[in-house]
Amino acid sequence: MKKVSDSLKINVEVMDQEDVIVVRQEIRQLMRGLGFSLMDQTRVVTAVSELARNIIVHAGQGRVEAYQVIDQHRIGISCIFTDEGPGIHDVQKALEPGFSTANSMGIGLGGAKNLCNEFDIESALGKGTKVTITEWLK
Amino acid sequence: MNNVTILKIGETIIVPIQIDLHDAAAKSLQEDILKRIEKYGSKGLIIDVSAVEIIDSFLGRVLVETSKMAKLMGADTVIAGMRKEVVLTLLHLGLAMGDLKTALNIEEGLVLLSRQQGRNNEKSIR
Repeated sequence: MKKVSDSLKINVEVMDQEDVIVVRQEIRQLMRGLGFSLMDQTRVVTAVSELARNIIVHAGQGRVEAYQVIDQHRIGISCIFTDEGPGIHDVQKALEPGFSTANSMGIGLGGAKNLCNEFDIESALGKGTKVTITEWLK
Repeated sequence: MNNVTILKIGETIIVPIQIDLHDAAAKSLQEDILKRIEKYGSKGLIIDVSAVEIIDSFLGRVLVETSKMAKLMGADTVIAGMRKEVVLTLLHLGLAMGDLKTALNIEEGLVLLSRQQGRNNEKSIR
């Protein structure tokens, strides 16, 4: 997978719930521009909503970036969610269906993973979390 | 505070959600809806989500909760006009919306509610 140069389309600092809406709208617009179907847009933007909310709930603030990617014969979109929050103690467990923390809804992370083609998470306790999702244009 | 209109028609209130709701706005709408049910003694609630592009776990949960709370206050809820993309996404997400009554549009929702209220009346007569 190759990041397309000069194609960083979205770079939003997420500090409150209003920003989550902004991120959703901008990523939807980017996907529409790339030719993704309404179904794909809805699915991926729902994942984006879950992941951007996680930033607010668990870290208070963070950043969402999105850009176009290419891989041999296909193009896609990658979205990166980074925060400098407390990190996740047990990532595998956090991805299990039904996993829930006190103040979240319990399907955020695992649910988001089910909603996109590729899902990657790195997390370090005390340092933060970085989630990358990628969706390919079919 | 939110900007969603709540309409009262007879014993039913209709809530057409026309904007992208963030979490606090969704909760505040829930509160407004329950206040109206209390104020008017409504027997039915239709939440029209045909303009809603995204229902994520939070909004989904708020809708389910609102329906349960409305029921406890004596009003039946119908979620009207859910887009097919939203329906499929909710299935992928694994969000159980099982208890929610749904209808294709507001008109069908009203039909469903009047049938439901007919049944409720029958029960109370017996």
